[in-house]
Amino acid sequence: MSIDKSMSVLIVDDYKTMLRIIRNLLKQIDFNNVEEAMDGAEALGKLRAGSFGLVISDWNMAPMTGLQLLQEVRADARLKAMPFIMITAESKTENVIAAKQAGVSNYIVKPFNAETLREKIEKVLGHG
Amino acid sequence: MAEGNSRLGSRGGASTLAARLAEIHARHPTADPDMVAEVVRSVLATMNGDLSAKEASVLAEVEELGRTIATAKAEIAALEVDVINVSHIPFATDELDAIIAHTAAATDAILENCETLDRVAAGLTGQAATQLQVATTRIYEACSFQDITGQRITKVVGALKAIEAKVEHIVSTFGPSDGEARLSLPQAADAVSLLNGPQLPAAAMDQSDIDKLLASFD
Repeated sequence: MSIDKSMSVLIVDDYKTMLRIIRNLLKQIDFNNVEEAMDGAEALGKLRAGSFGLVISDWNMAPMTGLQLLQEVRADARLKAMPFIMITAESKTENVIAAKQAGVSNYIVKPFNAETLREKIEKVLGHG
Repeated sequence: MAEGNSRLGSRGGASTLAARLAEIHARHPTADPDMVAEVVRSVLATMNGDLSAKEASVLAEVEELGRTIATAKAEIAALEVDVINVSHIPFATDELDAIIAHTAAATDAILENCETLDRVAAGLTGQAATQLQVATTRIYEACSFQDITGQRITKVVGALKAIEAKVEHIVSTFGPSDGEARLSLPQAADAVSLLNGPQLPAAAMDQSDIDKLLASFD
């Protein structure tokens, strides 16, 4: 069974350049159905209104951080099983543990490369 | 210094008493005991209101502290520390903001051209298309430097602002100012906020470390 690359992917980052980079990298691995949100609240609104197969979020955002977004997603009955990848510069052990405890599906530390992104997506979607 | 009931001036009082007794003895070899007693009472009376040794020590320390503060105020005034807040730190933060803006603009330009290359690659086939895509992928990856450097610079700006607040506090406390305003120092960062930002390479975990840590939960 192959990954459904037509699925909607929501990328969340308060930094437009990063959204652009991730979108282009996803496009290169054939994920073309990509939506963007620039903070946690906007992302939550889109997730509740839409139908996404994967969330890729930054951590360091305001006012709602990526960790808080993850917690909200896991607390939402309809969204709680949503695959959620954190892409962040937060590389301290305490951060990784906090994300794992909040239910993160995988964790990518910046700077990252396309291969790591592809590998983690495959793993999260059950093909790694 | 002796403690207890010794009084400042006791030594002086004793010498005065001795002198007076000697003088009396010289003038009156057979001095009247009443006269001696009067002299003693007179000397003791001059000691009223003197400080104890402990009080004198505290007073000396307070005086020394006062002199130190006055010296510090003069030195702070001479250094013109307020220039740090008025000029140096705003200049440094503006420069850092400019670095972020310039590198962001440059990164956007790079990405725009990279997207053009991607569109060109889509029209190609074979090795040329593959090589072009690999090259654009590397460019996209490299462009994420902008995010990392932006976060690092933001941390530096935060540190400068903390220094600025502390300098303001020192100047308002010790500086030769009007003295009324007292700045409250910024609270320490919330320990549970977990917004640590990018770590320096020596302290950072790489992707393999994170993978191992995550795997340890499974």
